[in-house]
Amino acid sequence: MTQDKNPPHASLINPEDADIRNVAFTTRLEDFVNWSRKNSLWPLPFGTACCAIEYMSVVSSHYDVSRFGAEVVRFSPRQSDCILVLGTVVEKMGPVLREIYDQMLEPKWVIAVGVCASSGGFYRAYHVMQGIDEVVPVDVYVPGCPPTPEGIIYGMMKLQEKITKGGIVRARDRHKLTGK
Amino acid sequence: MLEIDTNLLESKLPGFSNRFGKDVLTVSDHRGDLTIEIQPSVLRDALMFLKATLRFEILMDVFAMDYSKFDPPTRERFAVIYNLYSVSQQRRVRLKVFLNEDKPEIESVHDVYASANWFEREAWDLFGIVFKGHPHLVRILCHHDFEGHPLRKDYPSDGYQRLKSASPAAGI
Ligand code: SF4
Repeated sequence: MTQDKNPPHASLINPEDADIRNVAFTTRLEDFVNWSRKNSLWPLPFGTACCAIEYMSVVSSHYDVSRFGAEVVRFSPRQSDCILVLGTVVEKMGPVLREIYDQMLEPKWVIAVGVCASSGGFYRAYHVMQGIDEVVPVDVYVPGCPPTPEGIIYGMMKLQEKITKGGIVRARDRHKLTGK
Repeated sequence: MLEIDTNLLESKLPGFSNRFGKDVLTVSDHRGDLTIEIQPSVLRDALMFLKATLRFEILMDVFAMDYSKFDPPTRERFAVIYNLYSVSQQRRVRLKVFLNEDKPEIESVHDVYASANWFEREAWDLFGIVFKGHPHLVRILCHHDFEGHPLRKDYPSDGYQRLKSASPAAGI
């Protein structure tokens, strides 16, 4: 083979890089998918009360949730994969929350922020749902009234941990595969 | 029963006692909060009089009370209170009527004060007060499957009622 027939960029490739071990790495598919999922959460703020105010500071520059890859706040459930329920959910709001949750695409997660969303909080009364887990499956509960911004970030990090450990098949199919 | 202080009433609301004197049950002016208790039958007329003649332009609020656990006992279980404000004179007056437990009914005043419309729905929703002649007396705060009237003293504070589905047909 003559010099002329070499491709033009051939001289740029370091002969050592031709070794596959220097340009690629191996991992498990699950780990790789989960790694990308956990670092690009698109949150949907379902803000019904004061906790939503706290979330504003989580997103803005001082606390800056984009350090955890979760700053692309969406207001459409179809574009987001993590719904944060921030505030008191009254009984009348229950079906609304469920409908929004149902519109989100898999994979999806739920964080209950504050005692109101987690357990009804001090609203031990006829009009408030005693915890949103009565209508949607909750992944992480963040305590506090309201939780500090650090608390909410900690909750998101807990969710990231959970995603790391989770499988990547859809929950529906997982039930089918395991028969559970 | 308290003696009605007609002079007080006349000085605060000129002409009122002349017209409704025999239907006024009590008058109190506690720290400048003028409250007049009247017979339910003349409530509508009294409100019209206060609006047209004494220029109480705004109905700030209508709310109900359940006195069933009140000490000393009151003459009836329920009361409905009308809160008026006069922008031109910058003063307030409250009208109060007591309603019978078995038949808590009163004339609607939505056509006298338009703001009464939603206030009356609220009083119906939470206390079960019936406002006769109201154009759309349905629940406004509790959901459409709710049963009972939760601010009545005999409704348990933890009487949760699950709403199965949000129905757009339920109205606002
Ligand atoms: S938990 Fe506290 S701060 Fe959060 S919504 Fe409830 S009352 Fe407000």
